[in-house]
Amino acid sequence: MKAKLFDYVERHNVIYDLSGVTKLFCFLLLTAAVMFSYDIRAIAVIMVLSLVFLRMSQIQFRQIKLMLLYVLIFLLLNFVLTFVFSPTYGTEIYGTKHVLFPIAGRYVITSEQMLYQVTKTLKYASVVPLGIIFFLSTNPSELAASINRAGVSYKAAFAFSLTLRYFPDLIRDYQDISAAQQCRGLDLSKKEKLGRRLKNILNITIPLIFSTLDRIETISNTMDLRGFGKEKKRTWYAAKPMKGNDIFALGLSLVLFLGTLAVSFFVNHDKFWNPFI
Amino acid sequence: MESNRKPVIEFRDFSFQYFSQAEPTLHDINLTIYEGEKVLVVGPSGSGKSTLGNCINGLIPFSYPGEIEGSLTVCGIETKKSSIFALSQHVGTVLQDPDGQFIGLSVGEDIAFALENECVKQGEMKEIVRKTAAMVNMDSLLNASPFELSGGQKQRVSFAGVMVHEVEALLFDEPLANLDPATGKTAIELIDQIYQDYHKTVVIIEHRLEDVLHRRIDRVIVMSEGRIVADLSPDVLMAADILKTLGIREPLYVTALKYAGVPVTEALRAGRIDTLDVAAVQNAICAWDAAQPELEKRPANESILEAAGLSYRYVEQRPILKNLNFSIEAGEMVSLVGTNGAGKSTLAKVITGICKDPEGNLRFHGEPMDSWTIHERSGKIGYVMQNPNQMICKSMIYDEVALGLKLRGMSEEEIRPRVDKALKICGLSPFRKWPISALSFGQKKRVTIASVLVLEPELIILDEPTAGQDYRHYTEIMEFLRSLNASGTTILLITHDMHLMLEYTPHAIVLHAGEILHDGTAVRALTSDEIAYKASLKVTSLYELATRAGIWDCEAFVQHFIDYERSTAR
Amino acid sequence: MKKMFKVSTKTIVATGLGAALFALLFMYVKVPTGIPETSIQTAYGLGAFFAALFGPIAGGLIAFIGHALSDALQYGSPWWSWVIASGISMFLVGLVHTKIRADEGEFGWKDVLRFNIYQIIANVIAWIVVAPVLDIVIYAEPVNLVFTQGAVACLWNAIACGVIGTLLLFAYAKIRPKKGSLTKEAE
Ligand SMILES: Nc1ncnc2c1ncn2[C@@H]1O[C@H](COP(=O)(O)OP(=O)(O)OP(=O)(O)O)[C@@H](O)[C@H]1O
Ligand SMILES: Nc1ncnc2c1ncn2[C@@H]1O[C@H](COP(=O)(O)OP(=O)(O)OP(=O)(O)O)[C@@H](O)[C@H]1O
Ligand SMILES: [Mg+2]
Ligand SMILES: [Mg+2]
Repeated sequence: MKAKLFDYVERHNVIYDLSGVTKLFCFLLLTAAVMFSYDIRAIAVIMVLSLVFLRMSQIQFRQIKLMLLYVLIFLLLNFVLTFVFSPTYGTEIYGTKHVLFPIAGRYVITSEQMLYQVTKTLKYASVVPLGIIFFLSTNPSELAASINRAGVSYKAAFAFSLTLRYFPDLIRDYQDISAAQQCRGLDLSKKEKLGRRLKNILNITIPLIFSTLDRIETISNTMDLRGFGKEKKRTWYAAKPMKGNDIFALGLSLVLFLGTLAVSFFVNHDKFWNPFI
Repeated sequence: MESNRKPVIEFRDFSFQYFSQAEPTLHDINLTIYEGEKVLVVGPSGSGKSTLGNCINGLIPFSYPGEIEGSLTVCGIETKKSSIFALSQHVGTVLQDPDGQFIGLSVGEDIAFALENECVKQGEMKEIVRKTAAMVNMDSLLNASPFELSGGQKQRVSFAGVMVHEVEALLFDEPLANLDPATGKTAIELIDQIYQDYHKTVVIIEHRLEDVLHRRIDRVIVMSEGRIVADLSPDVLMAADILKTLGIREPLYVTALKYAGVPVTEALRAGRIDTLDVAAVQNAICAWDAAQPELEKRPANESILEAAGLSYRYVEQRPILKNLNFSIEAGEMVSLVGTNGAGKSTLAKVITGICKDPEGNLRFHGEPMDSWTIHERSGKIGYVMQNPNQMICKSMIYDEVALGLKLRGMSEEEIRPRVDKALKICGLSPFRKWPISALSFGQKKRVTIASVLVLEPELIILDEPTAGQDYRHYTEIMEFLRSLNASGTTILLITHDMHLMLEYTPHAIVLHAGEILHDGTAVRALTSDEIAYKASLKVTSLYELATRAGIWDCEAFVQHFIDYERSTAR
Repeated sequence: MKKMFKVSTKTIVATGLGAALFALLFMYVKVPTGIPETSIQTAYGLGAFFAALFGPIAGGLIAFIGHALSDALQYGSPWWSWVIASGISMFLVGLVHTKIRADEGEFGWKDVLRFNIYQIIANVIAWIVVAPVLDIVIYAEPVNLVFTQGAVACLWNAIACGVIGTLLLFAYAKIRPKKGSLTKEAE
């Protein structure tokens, strides 16, 4: 059973010591850059850098093993589906057709299609290390403060903090409720038929949802009693002040972001980098 | 003298009716609480104590709508014309449910919550938080997350959370529910210390009268069916006969005095055992003790549940149960006691199969249980969980209790009488058509007990069945369990109530940090200082009374008390 | 009278816990449809229920935070196009908030119809318009792929909202006592 939502392990290094706001902005700037650009060179630069940052953050491989597996499956599926649905999409985008080898009918492998698909895969993949760094190296307590300081209303930011606080509790409740049901004779084993299983799922989720509604009442009472929402602003106990490194990191991200835009606008004159003409 | 004291809380002909109720829950309340007073509110479950408290802090009418008549002023503010925010500047509240209180991701954040809302600067805030945490001895754990804290520690954090801003009055709604005896005692001492050091007005709502009276209380307010029926000093209260008639447990030593034929008067100062005039009652008590007959012991039976080398861990690094060996005889009534976090609930989950694959062996009637599924075990072992909200899955009381029988495929005609019987036993018949959401905590707990009782299992495990119950329901539930036990059902009780252990369960297992510290008679568990101290058990006031009256065999005295109660009082 | 965009403390708490529930169901409680690799996300049923009870802001944020969080936990980073579409779908369902009185114990067949019309329109806009367009703009995904995916998602999510959301609203209305309805019966 997880005690915390993200496996946040307290460490001290350049990445961990950055303020949460910095990391949030860097995350947003860099992901925006890769999402905007369709130039494999720019994406590759950010990908390589983010891998370097990931290394610097000393996050352990076992912490992220499972995520990487999921991402891999997703990317593979997306790769195959794209080809199945639109094997000629690359040639439409780039306007040329360099055939590598034909398979059958319209299924022809072209360099254009390969570039398009590899670029897209890389686009998806390069976001992953950035996200991992942001979520795993920021103290959960600080996340909400960062989001608020990034301009989001403090109420929404606090809702996020509550999500992080109560997620593990809800998982524990879920297990306890399912145990309590089984103790009273509910059979949850896989042997049951689909309809029955659906009913069983409802038997557990409905009490979970309704007990959560009760809990919402208690928590909002507690928060009211302690003065939540009476001012227009709010300070944060867990916020981390900005230091020199933060400015540097922000600067670097901004340069990368603007650089990517510049490449598209002034070098490629298009969202796509087209090496075929 | 009263006239020149400043009133902090003033109810005038006050009544309140919840939106969904057909009748008012509070009637004609007239009550004044003065500055610097320390007041205790007691009353049967459902008598409106929490409702009264919620009127003071403004949750009523701002969070729970309803109709107010009459007036209530808090620090000069008429509550119904004010707001929760304005009132929270004057009254700090610790609510009944400990889990809903802890809203921060760490101890420091939770304590700081009120300050954050007031936009206190971070530097200043850290300083105040550190100081407040030190007041409740939590300053070394500022970074701990709620999952790493014991129940008692969470309680301390919630105390600190309301003390960060300067309020005039503190309101505690059942601060002791779910705390082990020693932690409960510390909590009362902590409240008293805050009261003395910071001169706040304190209102405590609590069932555990005796535990609260561990420290001085100015007045006790007794509620029944939404009315205030008494407002007396503890000394006078003990002399009066109100508590018993309302079904509230009086302190054990007071009961003992009455058994010994001592007329309890105000002059005896029986409000607290520390102030009791022992010299005046000594002779009567010793004489009574000497006159009690010794009862015979019951012969041993074959074992129903046996554990050998039982260990369990949730996560690899931290074993929760360590090599447990014990045996429970068929037809026994056993209690499982120990500190918060000792592993009691975990043991229950291992026995019922919720926690899977423990190391070691469990046998039921000599048969190994390893391969039994939860489902199979549930036919033989019933389990009432600690937190009622996790067991309840229907919205109506009747359906909830009937669920287990329905799942076993019984017909409606068979189900109805059994459910009705269980509801009656648990004192829930008047509510049978209510939605569960309209019940008090204690009432919900009884619903879950009823829902397991209908299944008629061979062994029942109850995790703190009496937490949050008043004495009448406590007695009703326990007497029912005893009669169930007499008809052959084996019962394992997890409890923090030492007197319950003594009164009902001859056999006690004391768990401490996952190990068995004691497996033998209940009386022995409490008389051995080493066991009692290590497992945070607390000797009951009967021991203190006996010691101070100069009776050397306290163990026998307690046994006499219990035997006497059994033979005459019921 | 209910206000559509009022944000009280309760709305905030409902958003926070609702999002946690959403993420939990999103990751662990899926109902297989029989077609491989597709399952009904019960989370959308929950989201629609909360949206109807607490309004569009809560609904939108619950799905946005919940979806982003479960993505972050599973894939390391949120997949923004679908996260945004999730948020928008539940925001739109939340517009039914002022017309539903389940919290006062009232939820009849008319309300069922109303709730379902809202949720179907919401799902169509979110999954057949917003999500595919975002996918095309951000990732330049092929048009026919994203619209196929969108249509499938729309179908299953509308089923989840329709079945589970409606059931939850019914159950909830049943336990909400009406004004002055509670009396004790004689023992
Ligand atoms: N939100 C509510 N809506 C309707 N009725 C309520 C509500 N809360 C409490 N009641 C009713 O008011 C009565 C008094 O409840 P209250 O919670 O004040 O009791 P209590 O004395 O604190 O009990 P306990 O000792 O079990 O906590 C109960 O009969 C309960 O059903
Ligand atoms: N699901 C879980 N996952 C991980 N650790 C757990 C889990 N449940 C309980 N624990 C830990 O196991 C230990 C024993 O918990 P348990 O609930 O058995 O204590 P307890 O004796 O019942 O305490 P209390 O008197 O407070 O109810 C605690 O330290 C707790 O933090
Ligand atoms: Mg109460
Ligand atoms: Mg326990």
